[in-house]
Amino acid sequence: MTEITTLAADAERAIAAAESLDALEEARIGILGKKGWLSAALKELGGLSPDERKARAQHLNEVKERLTAEIETRRSVLADAAIAARLKAETLDMTLPLNESAEAQGRIHPVSQVIDEITEIFAAMGFTIAEGPDIEDDFHNFTALNIPPEHPARQMQDTFYLPPRQSDGEQMVLRTHTSPVQVRTMESGPPPYRIVVPGRTYRSDYDMTHTPMFHQIEGLVIDRATHMGHLKGTLVEFCKAFFETDNVKMRFRPSYFPFTEPSAEVDINCSREGGVLRVGEGNDWLEILGCGMVNPRVLQYCGIDPNEWQGFAWGMGIDRIAMLKYGIPDLRGFFDADLRWLKHYGFVPLDLPTLGQGVAR
Amino acid sequence: MKFTLAWLKSHLDTAATLEQITEKLTAIGLEVEGVTDRAALYAPFVVAEVKKAEQHPNADKLRVCEVFTGKETFQVVCGAPNARAGMKGVFAPVGSTIPGTQMLLKAATIRGVASNGMLCSEREMGLTDEHTGIIDLPQDAPTGAPFASVMGLDDPVIEIKLTPNRGDCLGVRGIARDLAAAGLGTLKPLDTSAVAGAFKSPIGVHCVFPPEEARACAIFVGRHVKGVKNGPSPLWLQQRLKAIGLRPISALVDITNFITYDLGRPLHVFDADKVKGDIVARFAKPGEKLLALDGREYALDGTMTVIADAAGPESIAGIMGGEHSGCTPETTNVFIECAWFDPVRTAATGRKLGIHSDARHRFERTVDPGFVRSGMEVATRMVLALCGGSPSEVVVAGEEPDWKKTVALRPSRLKGLVGFDLPVERQVEILQSLGFAVERTGATLSVRPPSWRPDIDGEADLVEEIARLHGFDAIPAEPLPQLRAVPLPAVSLAQRRVRLARRALAARGLVEAVTYSFIRRTDAALFGGGQPELILVNPISADMDAMRPSILPGLIAAAKRNMDRGNADVALFEVGPQYAAPNADGQMTAASGIRRGQSGPRHWRDRPRPVDAYDAKADALAALAALGLPVEQLMVMDGAPDWYHPGRSGTLRLGPKTVLANFGELHPRILQAMDVKGPLVAFEIFLDRAPQPRAAKGGGRTKPALKLSEFQAVERDFAFIVDAALPAETLLKAVRGADKVLIARVGVFDVFAGQGIPEGKKSLALTVRLEPQQQTLTDAEIDSVAQKIVAAAGRACGAVLRG
Repeated sequence: MTEITTLAADAERAIAAAESLDALEEARIGILGKKGWLSAALKELGGLSPDERKARAQHLNEVKERLTAEIETRRSVLADAAIAARLKAETLDMTLPLNESAEAQGRIHPVSQVIDEITEIFAAMGFTIAEGPDIEDDFHNFTALNIPPEHPARQMQDTFYLPPRQSDGEQMVLRTHTSPVQVRTMESGPPPYRIVVPGRTYRSDYDMTHTPMFHQIEGLVIDRATHMGHLKGTLVEFCKAFFETDNVKMRFRPSYFPFTEPSAEVDINCSREGGVLRVGEGNDWLEILGCGMVNPRVLQYCGIDPNEWQGFAWGMGIDRIAMLKYGIPDLRGFFDADLRWLKHYGFVPLDLPTLGQGVAR
Repeated sequence: MKFTLAWLKSHLDTAATLEQITEKLTAIGLEVEGVTDRAALYAPFVVAEVKKAEQHPNADKLRVCEVFTGKETFQVVCGAPNARAGMKGVFAPVGSTIPGTQMLLKAATIRGVASNGMLCSEREMGLTDEHTGIIDLPQDAPTGAPFASVMGLDDPVIEIKLTPNRGDCLGVRGIARDLAAAGLGTLKPLDTSAVAGAFKSPIGVHCVFPPEEARACAIFVGRHVKGVKNGPSPLWLQQRLKAIGLRPISALVDITNFITYDLGRPLHVFDADKVKGDIVARFAKPGEKLLALDGREYALDGTMTVIADAAGPESIAGIMGGEHSGCTPETTNVFIECAWFDPVRTAATGRKLGIHSDARHRFERTVDPGFVRSGMEVATRMVLALCGGSPSEVVVAGEEPDWKKTVALRPSRLKGLVGFDLPVERQVEILQSLGFAVERTGATLSVRPPSWRPDIDGEADLVEEIARLHGFDAIPAEPLPQLRAVPLPAVSLAQRRVRLARRALAARGLVEAVTYSFIRRTDAALFGGGQPELILVNPISADMDAMRPSILPGLIAAAKRNMDRGNADVALFEVGPQYAAPNADGQMTAASGIRRGQSGPRHWRDRPRPVDAYDAKADALAALAALGLPVEQLMVMDGAPDWYHPGRSGTLRLGPKTVLANFGELHPRILQAMDVKGPLVAFEIFLDRAPQPRAAKGGGRTKPALKLSEFQAVERDFAFIVDAALPAETLLKAVRGADKVLIARVGVFDVFAGQGIPEGKKSLALTVRLEPQQQTLTDAEIDSVAQKIVAAAGRACGAVLRG
């Protein structure tokens, strides 16, 4: 018995002294391995009397359990230490800068983003998107919109012209507004209509606030009962959603466009506090669009009976409202394709405007 | 259109404040652009009396003055030759800003004498260019009184922006009439009664036009006035003209300018002694010329109306008078012209000659056809009042053009069109206040617009008149009725694809640009464009004269600009129109892009590489995949247009004829011509050519059933030696076809030529994935497929397994 106790005490010391998993394993083999002293002692049990055997077996098993547990404890301590030592050797400098992935450089132009925003808002009000060609004929760009031949807008200073066509001498123009798409829509099928028309437009004008190409969005609603109150309601709702404020106030001022009657220019409230322009807040006014009830003459040109059908139309500068919403100071930057500008004012492609998740970022 | 408050009040009896008036003007559609209150500008300056003016001790040309402002006396050193004791002038105190020079006045010592303030010239006051002396005010000007009130400069100037339909408001009286109708006062009466003629005019008038062109000059009213005295016009008249930016010239000229602005009624006054024979309104004859009052000579043609005498044209009708018969200070006998010229012809003539004048501005917007004779009476009275003389009877040729019309108005249309209602009585009242004659015929009103409102065309115009004078603020804001609880999509498939392509390309790291639809003609020609029918007649500049045949030249030019700004790595795209013919069918929508430089900046971990044609191919494929096209079915063929490198470009086709995209490296010749340092790679995707997606079987959005094999897939690698020129696709196609059931995917993992590979050959290393559907493949089955693959490759392109 004493011999076992002595051996056990030596073994405990050996386990505690093992400084590596290998040394520990060596100690374990010396105890519990096939040739270990404890295994040998257990083997010897068979030669004892039943009484002797019972008492000795109980003692040996106690020793075995205790030593086994100590080995496991020591093993886990050594394993932790080994991992800790390995990890200590494996450090990375996490402050090293990463490359922004090439894919992350991509941007959506503000004009595209704003068109997508507008599309979402008008889609919710039951509008669909209509489009038309940039190179237009005189009828669609002017005549059908009740702009008579002598109207100043048809003269050279505003309109870009292509050379007279050989077949019939007609001079095509670069559309001066998106309104010809109204005409094309009305020609394409019977009312009702509820459309918005975004697109490129062209006027021969180039200075601090004008570029010879710009973007316009046009709206047209024709049915049997739509009146100017609906126009006001539609525009108020649009501005609330687009400029993200419920404080939108709108002022309709009587104006004149050949294609609408009555016509109005629309101001939206704004504040200019501290030199920062905020649209849809405050008590100053800022003109944002022109609109009116579609002139019966226009309906007639499009083959629609003005005694039966009526509605409104409006037109607004996309570049301009993009500037207002996102604080872009200069129109000319829009078409210069300067990467620095595009990266600063552009939008990441995953910023897809939706009504459910918000139209603006 | 500019006018002053006092001028407005000469026609409008009103107690309204300036603010009320400007607010109302904007509210009724006469948009106020600005109000200049000059009283504020001139506030520091007062009338002062020069008590003493003595020679400066140290300077010959300076005087030391003692100036009394009614309260204080200041010592002022003055250099003006007319400075003298006893005169009254304008005193600017220290601390004021001189309007004409924008200089802040400080106390100074001039040649050893203190000077505290200044006596001002007209130029210094910002009134005229006169600077030979200081302002010499009349002796009765009260000392200490504000300079502005003494000079009549305390009258605020209002500027409004008129829409082209409101020619009637190009006269102050028209504006006053609108304000009166809007409830802001009463229109004062205007004396248009006939002035009795003392004699028959020695000069006759005639309108000589073909009958169908009689509108060119529908009516011409003339009057001879003899014995006038032309000199400077009175101060009040000069001040009014100056206030709106006109230069007073002489009483006779000032009268015509005044009536132009006061009543919107342009006139012309001839020096009657310079007129030879009768006056005739007629078309100009070819070759006729006129030296006009602006000092320029104009060549006239047969479409232009002139006022001529026996010697030839004396003025361009409705646009500008001639130098020869104009009035001078010596003029004693005049002939006044008051006529009505056709707006369209006046506009065309003015445009052709490039003359912008106050007369043209009004005639082309239609001068009141019912006010021609009245205009002559008003003008005569004013000439007699300011210049004296004796008037003849009027002479008249032609007749008042027919302006009368009747428009029916259903009062219910007010609510129907603008959304608010007013009682019929109120509607009638508004129309009548504007000068419309209204008769009630049953439920409809029969409305006759006044002669000065030719813009009234139909019922909607009348509704607008009522709504605008009542106020657009009454328009309610009502949302449109909702057509369905959840609206249908707003975009078509084609519009959706434009959006998908855009976001797919941006997601690949390309930056979206928007460039002009017109480019330099020579650049267009490099890309198959520049045809004469697509060259703008009137481009904004020579750099922007051709409709672009492709988006690429604009992007290449943008790449150059970015490189010049220090950005050598460029990845740009644009989705937009390009033009092949000057009509709707000639326009197509493309998604095009370019890349240049390195794949990224130099970096410790990611080694950048130069971008190449495969990047452009990947961009094109990514965008086409985003459109929902079966990218695996696309054919990669050559045949890219000649702006691409012939050996490093290709096309992506769906079927052999439909080119969906071009891609590749750009031709060095193009880059050289556009002065851009390459290489550049590019792609062009033709969105309009993408076919409709095939509807899923059974319709709807159902995807085909997914069959997942339960058996293990295996991959085997093959390295083939093939001809160096063999397109990889030929080999891949053969391998894919070796066992269409088992082979799920074939990839290329190495391309090699050089050591160990025979000259003229290359090695293509493929990995083939086999996916059994029935049972796990045995080694024998795998070997059998491998043999089929090798055999197929050998058959199709003489490929042999690399040893």
